[in-house]
Amino acid sequence: MGRNRTELSVPTARDAGLTGCTSCGRVWPMGTEHCGRCGARLRPVDRSALQAVWAWWAAGLICYIPANLYPMLRTATLGHEQTNTILGGVIELFAHHNYLVAAIVFIASVLIPVSKFIAIAYLALAVGNEQRAGGHRHLLLYEIVEFIGRWSMIDVFVVAILSALVQLGAVAAIHPGPAAVSFALSVALTMLSAQSFDPRLIWRGPARTEGP
Amino acid sequence: MNDTPIHELMACPKCDALHRARHLAPQERATCARCGALLIAPRVRSFLHVVALSFTAMILMVGAVFFPFLKISTQGMSHASSVFEVAMAFSEGWLAPLSFAVMALIVGLPVLRFSALIYTLWPLANGRPAWPHARRIFRLADQLEPWSMAEIFVIGTGVALVKLAGLATVSLGPAFWAFGALIIVTALKNAFLSQWTIWDAIGQS
Ligand SMILES: [Zn+2]
Ligand SMILES: [Zn+2]
Repeated sequence: MGRNRTELSVPTARDAGLTGCTSCGRVWPMGTEHCGRCGARLRPVDRSALQAVWAWWAAGLICYIPANLYPMLRTATLGHEQTNTILGGVIELFAHHNYLVAAIVFIASVLIPVSKFIAIAYLALAVGNEQRAGGHRHLLLYEIVEFIGRWSMIDVFVVAILSALVQLGAVAAIHPGPAAVSFALSVALTMLSAQSFDPRLIWRGPARTEGP
Repeated sequence: MNDTPIHELMACPKCDALHRARHLAPQERATCARCGALLIAPRVRSFLHVVALSFTAMILMVGAVFFPFLKISTQGMSHASSVFEVAMAFSEGWLAPLSFAVMALIVGLPVLRFSALIYTLWPLANGRPAWPHARRIFRLADQLEPWSMAEIFVIGTGVALVKLAGLATVSLGPAFWAFGALIIVTALKNAFLSQWTIWDAIGQS
């Protein structure tokens, strides 16, 4: 991705005393409250927006803990009842040699959520502290987080499908566990966290207002 | 850049780089000079395409909700469920709000988004002025995009099927295929959308 583009020569809306609308792209004089074209609230490029990122991030992390401790599924087959946590389900799939599905569930429910927490925290810390602009690497990381985060919801849908479908009386019945709720909440909260992150902060160079 | 009128300027929503927006020929694309984000991509008759695809998606969604979705059978017992019943899987006890959320993510929000797009683009496609509140409604459609998860649901169905393989026989109903077609239509429709062009059209009408 264009590593040798001369980044210093590109003027920003902020440098020109303007605020760009993040919804439609039009620019307005700094201090304007609402975009005159699309009506969206204009957000100045400002680190104070990071507080919202951290708030959603922490709430998401808190919900992710019970999501791993409590069962996601309760399976009753011919009198036996068995409960499965997220990780327990992955291990069981692996033991039954369903390597592909074990990998999908592991990636969607463990790898993506955990990397997402790390990636958002890293980006928020980087734009909060760094002495130079982050550039393309950080933007790429942000776009991956934005694109991939919603796919974690897959496990909630799997639980819903299994619980609705496997209702065969005494032969087999599957019921959802409490972890499904906290996992869904955790995914939604981290999506909100990623959405409140302003990617324009990535490009802001050494803090001009704060000084070294 | 200082002598350019302000309404011809455009700031990249990803990096704040300032550009001068100009009218592009169909099939031309404008990308950000700094971060490479796609800024403007007008397409011939794209409004009408988006409206047509949104209508198609709505019809498919009706089929997806009301036709049988999956059917399971093992040891002489069988059970079929629709998408609605899938969402209602969480309806017992305190899991109930999750049922509502699942229904919203896979059916409610996608339908709301299709309707909002049709409402905004139908008059514009016919060269008429935008209907009242078009700006707010189109912005809503834009904001709902990450929350409409029909395509994730379809992949989830695949995972559930593999989990059940060996335990029981599962057959796919017409609703499954309607959902599959729906995600293709949705992807096509998103490819035809160009925010800047639509905002320009709403603004000028
Ligand atoms: Zn705007
Ligand atoms: Zn840019």
